[in-house]
This record gives sequence, structure tokens and C-alpha cells, in this order.
Amino acid sequence: MKNRWIALYVENQVGVLAKVSGLFSAKSYNLQSLTVGTTEDESVSRMTICVTSDDITFEQIKKQLNRMVEVIKVIDLTNVPLHMKEILFAKVLNCTTAEKEEVFQIAQVFNVQVADIGTDSVLLECKLTERRNNELIALLRSKYKRIEIVRGGAVAIESISTSCR
Amino acid sequence: MDITGRKLFVRALQEEGVDTIFGYPGGMVTDLMDELYKQEGIRLVLPRHEQALIHEAEGYARATGKIGVCLVTSGPGATNTVTGLADAHYDSIPLVCFTGQVPLNLIGNDAFQEVDIVGMARNITKYCVTVRERKELGKIIKMAFHIASTGRPGPVLIDLPKNIQTEMGDAQYPEKVVIRGYKPYESVHVGQLKKAYKILKSAEKPLILAGGGIHISGAQEALLYFVEKMKVPVVTTVMGKGALPAQHPYYIGNCGMHGRYAANMAVSRCDVLFSIGTRFNDRITGDLNEFAPNAKIVHIDIDTASISRNVVVDVPIVADAGLALEKLNEWAEPKKTKKWMEEIRAWEEENPLTMRRDKGMTPQMIMEGINQSFEEVTLVTDVGQHQMWASQYLEYGGKKQFITSGGLGTMGFGFPAAIGAKIGNPEKPVVCITGDGGFQMNMQEMATAVAEGTPVIICLLNNQYLGMVRQMQQLFYGKRYEATCLRKRNTCPADCKGPGEACPPYVPDFMAFAKAYNAHGIRVERQEEILPALREAKGYTDAPTIIEFIISSDELVLPMVKGGNPMSEMILK
Ligand SMILES: Cc1ncc(C[n+]2csc(CCOP(=O)(O)OP(=O)(O)O)c2C)c(N)n1
Ligand SMILES: [Mg+2]
Repeated sequence: MKNRWIALYVENQVGVLAKVSGLFSAKSYNLQSLTVGTTEDESVSRMTICVTSDDITFEQIKKQLNRMVEVIKVIDLTNVPLHMKEILFAKVLNCTTAEKEEVFQIAQVFNVQVADIGTDSVLLECKLTERRNNELIALLRSKYKRIEIVRGGAVAIESISTSCR
Repeated sequence: MDITGRKLFVRALQEEGVDTIFGYPGGMVTDLMDELYKQEGIRLVLPRHEQALIHEAEGYARATGKIGVCLVTSGPGATNTVTGLADAHYDSIPLVCFTGQVPLNLIGNDAFQEVDIVGMARNITKYCVTVRERKELGKIIKMAFHIASTGRPGPVLIDLPKNIQTEMGDAQYPEKVVIRGYKPYESVHVGQLKKAYKILKSAEKPLILAGGGIHISGAQEALLYFVEKMKVPVVTTVMGKGALPAQHPYYIGNCGMHGRYAANMAVSRCDVLFSIGTRFNDRITGDLNEFAPNAKIVHIDIDTASISRNVVVDVPIVADAGLALEKLNEWAEPKKTKKWMEEIRAWEEENPLTMRRDKGMTPQMIMEGINQSFEEVTLVTDVGQHQMWASQYLEYGGKKQFITSGGLGTMGFGFPAAIGAKIGNPEKPVVCITGDGGFQMNMQEMATAVAEGTPVIICLLNNQYLGMVRQMQQLFYGKRYEATCLRKRNTCPADCKGPGEACPPYVPDFMAFAKAYNAHGIRVERQEEILPALREAKGYTDAPTIIEFIISSDELVLPMVKGGNPMSEMILK
């Protein structure tokens, strides 16, 4: 069992998202995240899908996706060099001035923006890999009593020259 | 010149060569019905329930190889087709089902008879879509017919809002559509096939497993040639029954849960399992760890997603069964299988498929009577013990076609599917083998059959029980016959092990029922009445005949493998 990524080109039509996500619940596949948006071609959407599965199930998932009429192309991104980022907003609430200072430092180390600030709260806007976001959340959770998390799921695109993730 | 959506609808059906449509009216399809009134050449069949309607379309499609076309209204009309859509999806039956829908501007309002049928049908259709713009209508219908009938066939649903039906738009019905996400396999990978052939060639105990895909692709003759040339024995799935003629020396029988002893033994002992057009459903494999444990497995199927899904396959090949077999036939050379065949024959002798003959009229005798009575026939079953007896004892292949609900196992399928088969193929006799339970699920269709002049012969095996479930209660649940006696009334003792002398009369009286519909009824209680009854039924050409065979409630379907057990562990007595 491990995490795997798929880029899915689909018709940009009503019901396609429901159909794709429905497949994962209908067949008990373990969906981690799914993002979707239109591409340079308005009639086509691209999804970035992360699933946790074994090899056999993953093969089956790809085949099941492939045979949907609305699916144009399935690309397995698992072992492909790519750029992958996830947007994350993290709000730290009820903090003292010292704690705010600390959040700033954390932001600096993680290389994320401080997007907003109030008397006792700070909002971080992060565009990191999923894993890095997880680490950031874990850190914030361990240090502060009240945090609020909104995350968007990863989007990915194949690299041009580099092999970063 | 522009035309209305409803006109384009009829034009599309005509261009697709549709000759029959199974339709039930309602508020959201009145325009389409009105347009059908104005044309000639398309026959509109009016069933008595939409659930039966779609089974009729399935029977029609299976019997003719054409696409079954359905037309139902929105809301309850649409939801009533859900079981049939799932059934057709499992058994790869090409259907195009039009559902009326409330006008687009009312969708989402919980309008009268609005349901999100596309949302409901998504997982049980090959494709389903709501028409959202009049200008898309022609393209969508074209797509539907193309998708339903190509690749692995299946049901397609088109949800047609009322306003689209009356809106003006392009009069053209497209000749072709390009669907960028849909490319069914039209060729076969020769390298892979060669590899598969070599494995088969080198086997000492080779076995062919033929599934329903053989029928769908019309590959029976290619298979016959291959088998005779290679001298390799064949087992079938329930859906594959008839792939090889019943009496053929290389045909062993059905494998699986109620398969023949020799067939399951052959699967368990073969060293190469060469399978064509099957999904390796759990009814075929039983315990997956014990399935064909010594065999290398070749799997040819048109559906990529069916390959390497349930069993691990050594040589996967995505291809149409007929295409692959034709290619294989170019190479086919005889194999030495005499010893292996003898081994199989010894299993057959050890445990032949047969019932005791000392206890009155057995189901086997009825099936043998049907075998003797027809040269050419479409044999349609419902679901239950009678279905399994029909798959075990009836002869198929050649001019004897078998139609059954395999994947979904839908009770209520048999009678309407038989009517549909008869409508599609009026010249060919149709016999429906059904149970007293399943027949009651759609027996209102007697009206349809009478009205349409479809004289199907209904062989109703009345064992007074939901026999297939009773069998499990008898074998595995201490004879606690909960909710399976169809004779039971609320005055009966709860712990009845019946039936017995004191039982209340069976309802309905099927003879009176036949009479009520102006159909024919014959009750058969003794063995010697079987053939005369069938002969009499063949004489009635105006309306259906119900032959009610009164059989013992204790009759079991054997052999049997308990669900999830290895196929070699058969209950034989
Ligand atoms: C719609 C539906 N409901 C329930 C079942 C479960 N089931 C399978 S066989 C069977 C009994 C069928 O009884 P009958 O039609 O009398 O046939 P028999 O087994 O007695 O030959 C039942 C209830 C089913 N397959 N389909
Ligand atoms: Mg019964």
C-alpha cells in the first residue's frame, strides 16, 4: 500500500466529477485527494488524484477510469518527475505576542507567506508539497491550542527539465 | 430547415434502423409518443410495468443481436428501469433507454416526477447523460447507439427534458460521431496471442473456459473449429452455455457453484486454463486461492478492466473473442489430449450429473422433455433452482439459444425477457423456464404477451417455495424456512417444516390466472404428462401457455459449492 498519483483528462461537463468520485466510493478505492480545474482547452478538465492502494488495485483503478466514456486520458504520475504543490491556509488563533513572533519564524523557515494578521491571530498561506504541509500542520498542532486548517489537495504537472516533486 | 426535438428523435430511431421500441407513457414523454403515433415502421410495444419493459428490451436484444430501445417517463417511470439497467450492465446487453425529464428550468426544484435518474444510473450504465441543449440531441443519440453496441456492449441512458423535445433545431442526424474518450479495441495483439497459443500448445492438461463473450461476439463457430482442431476440452460459465453444442465430445459442462463435478475437477486439475470472454465472477472461481491452482491462465476479453481483476493472469489479451479465435485458428494444430480426456471422463463417471428417478416427476425429466420437444428454440429462464436445472440439463448450442440473468441474478427477468425474445424473433419458439416466485414478480406481463400475440411457452416449476433460498435453509440453516414458503398464511405454525396435507391452498391458482388473461393453462403432475403437455402448448399460437409443473419442494440443485469455498469441495448428495 502506498500513495500514487494520477492525472486525469476528462470532458468538462456536468456530472463528470460525480462519476469519477463515485467510482472510488462504489468500488471502495481509497481516495486521498482529488482536485479539478479546466485546462488550456476549455472543453477539457484535468484532475489530480491521489489514492492509496496496492499494485493490483491501482492497475484496476486506472483501467476503470480509462473505460469511462468521459475520460480522455489517464496518466500515471507516480514515478514521473513533476512539480506538485498544494495550497494550504493555516490560521493560528488565540496567540500571545510571543507566540505570534514564533509563528513568523516558522513561516520563514517553511518559506510560506503571512497573508493576514489580527490582534491575537495569524494566517499563513502555504504553497508546499503535501508532505511539507503535513509537517507544518503537525508542528502548529503541537504548539498551539487553536488552529484552523483549509487545504486544497495537490495539483501536479510533469517537469520540463528538473526532477523536483 | 429546422425541426422539433421530438421529430429528430423519431428520425434518429429510423436512421438507426430501430424496428421495435418498448415504451410506457407519462407526462414527460407524451410528445415523443405522439410523434411515434405519426410514423410507420417502428412498432411500439406497451408492457404493463417499466421493470418488465426493460427486461423485454433485454430479451429482444439478446435474441436478435440488435439494440433494445426503451422509452419511459420521468420519475417513477425512470426509477422502475433501474434493476434492468443494472442487469443489462452486468450481462453486457446493448440497450438505449430514453427517460423523459422535467423541463430544464424546473430541474432542481423537486418538481412533480423529477428524479435525478442520471445520478442514480451512473454506476449501472455504460454511459448516461442529460440532454441540456437542443443542438446536442442528434449527437447524443448517435453516441448512445454507438456506445451501447460496440466494445463490451451495455446499457446507455439518455435523459430527455421536456422542453428539448419541443424545441426547434437542426434537422440533421449525424452519420458519425467522434468520441475522444471512447475507443473500443478493434484489433488483437498478435504477439501476446502467440504467447498464449504456445502455452496452450505446451500444456498437458489444457482446458478452455468459455464465457458469455463467445455469444456476444458470435464466435461459436470459430470456437468449434479451434476446439476440434486442437482437441482441447471445454467448460463454460452459465453465460457461456451453448458456446459449444451440448453433445460435443469435447464439451464437459458448466463449471462454478452449481457446475458439473467433472467440469470443476477439470478446472482444479488443469495445467493451462485458456479462458475467453468471462469475468471470473465469484460464482465461477469460489475461493480465489484455490482456483485452478496448478494452471497458467490465459485471459482473452474485450474489457480491459475485467482482466487480471479477480484472478492473477499469466497472459492477458484484450480482444474481441471472435477476432482472437480467428487468428488462433490460423495456427491451430492437434494436441495429444487423450489421456487427459480419459481422466475427465472418469470424473464424469464417478459423479455424473443426474437426479434420482424413483421419486415422481423430477426437474431433470422436465428439462429432458423440453430437450426432446424442440429442434430450434430460445430458452429463457428466471432466477432460482429452476434456472440452475435449466443450465445443467437443457441442451444449448446451434439453434438452441440460452438467455438468462447471469451477473445480477434478477428474479422477474424470465417472463418479460421471453416476451421480448419472441417479439424479436417471432418465428422461433420461445420457452420460458420460471419458478413460482420469480414468475409472480412480473406476471402482469401476461397482458402484454396476449396483446402482442406472443405465444411463449411458460414452464413454471412450482415447488411452492423460493426454492433456491430454501435449499440454503435446508442445508445450512437447520431447516428454518423463514420467508420462503409461498403457501404460508399468517395462521400457519411458525416452525413449519412443510409442506404437508394441512397446508392452505396455493395462491394464485395459475390455471385460473391463465384463464383470466385469455391464455392457456396446463397443469402437469406426472412424468408421463410432460411430453403431451409440451406438444399441446406448441399447438397454441394465439396466446401464451402456462404449463405448471408441480414438483417436490425438497428437490435440490446439486452439485453445489458453498459460497467462498474451493471449487473442488462440492456437495454431491
Ligand atoms: C429480485 C430478486 N430478489 C431476490 C432474489 C434472491 N433469490 C434468488 S433465487 C430466489 C428464489 C426463487 O424462487 P422461485 O422463483 O420460486 O424459483 P425456485 O428457486 O423455487 O426454482 C430468491 C428469493 C433475487 N435473485 N432477485
Ligand atoms: Mg419456487
